[in-house]
Amino acid sequence: MKKLSISVYRYNPDVDNAPYMKDYALEIEEGQDMMVLDLLLKLKEQDPSLAFRRSCREGVCGSDGLNMNGKNGLACITPLSALKGSKIVVRPLPGLPVIRDLIVDMTQFYKQYEKIKPYLINDDKTPPARERLQSPEERAKLDGLYECILCACCSTSCPSFWWNPDKFVGPAGLLHAYRFLIDSRDTATEQRLDELDDAFSVFRCHGIMNCVNVCPKGLNPTKAIGHIKSMLLNRAI
Amino acid sequence: MVKVASTFGRSGTHDFILLRASAIIMALYTIFMVSFLVSADTLNYAVWTNLFGHLGMKIFTMLALTSVLVHGWIGIWQVLTDYVKISGLRAFIQFVVSVALIVYWLAGLLVVWPVEGV
Repeated sequence: MKKLSISVYRYNPDVDNAPYMKDYALEIEEGQDMMVLDLLLKLKEQDPSLAFRRSCREGVCGSDGLNMNGKNGLACITPLSALKGSKIVVRPLPGLPVIRDLIVDMTQFYKQYEKIKPYLINDDKTPPARERLQSPEERAKLDGLYECILCACCSTSCPSFWWNPDKFVGPAGLLHAYRFLIDSRDTATEQRLDELDDAFSVFRCHGIMNCVNVCPKGLNPTKAIGHIKSMLLNRAI
Repeated sequence: MVKVASTFGRSGTHDFILLRASAIIMALYTIFMVSFLVSADTLNYAVWTNLFGHLGMKIFTMLALTSVLVHGWIGIWQVLTDYVKISGLRAFIQFVVSVALIVYWLAGLLVVWPVEGV
């Protein structure tokens, strides 16, 4: 049997004056691997007061975004073998207020998402009878953008989002912003760009690529942000 | 809530362009100065005043100092709006740094402009 040593961030505002790290020990079979979510479920059997979010347990819903050994990711698709170091340290996503234990308040994150108007805007007075068609090439431009599940791993690994979560849209929101900016069916491109053209919304991204490093879906928000900057520059010069 | 009033450019895009343009000028000036210092056989008062006696060099120097002013102004504003959350303190530091940058520019102008080659 192999002994695992785990340290979990705990905070219950009703009881605790301050957050603290609680140590757990667990024995697993030699050579056995499991996802961090399975580990947390086992810890919850030991200690039912431990709180965390989870739903689909297969990397689709984006509920269990956590900081594991210093790196954000989805607990359900992160195997223990992928974690570096002898000890497993689990913390909530950084930069957002903690509601309890590993559960964070995502309001600020969703506000930024709402700001970029994440829906198709089309002012066509005579909409087609059935659907707005796209060519395969136009559709292909949405690949690598629409797959985002809004788990917030990227935005909460971004220092610019930590410092200005109310003004910098963040990598997740900007990935979605670009998804609608290049959609051939969207006609509000100019209006969308106008709303992004301040010193914070887009330009607080300095391209450090933490978002790319942590995205559990393998997406590239930095690249999308680069495209938005190019669009803004193209119409300015 | 921070607005964009205290920064240099008119918009985020304008700030972005100013930062890049000023960075190019500063890089060119640095490359020029380093290659001049490395390639010069002797460095004495005459060589130095001959270099800065050229009108082109005066303009290049003032251009570089203007770039330092613009780049520093926008840059420090970005850093301060990230890290200093007390607006009074932020305004004070921005004021001190901006005044210092303007002093550098004026001092540079007064020092470089009267130089005549020997």
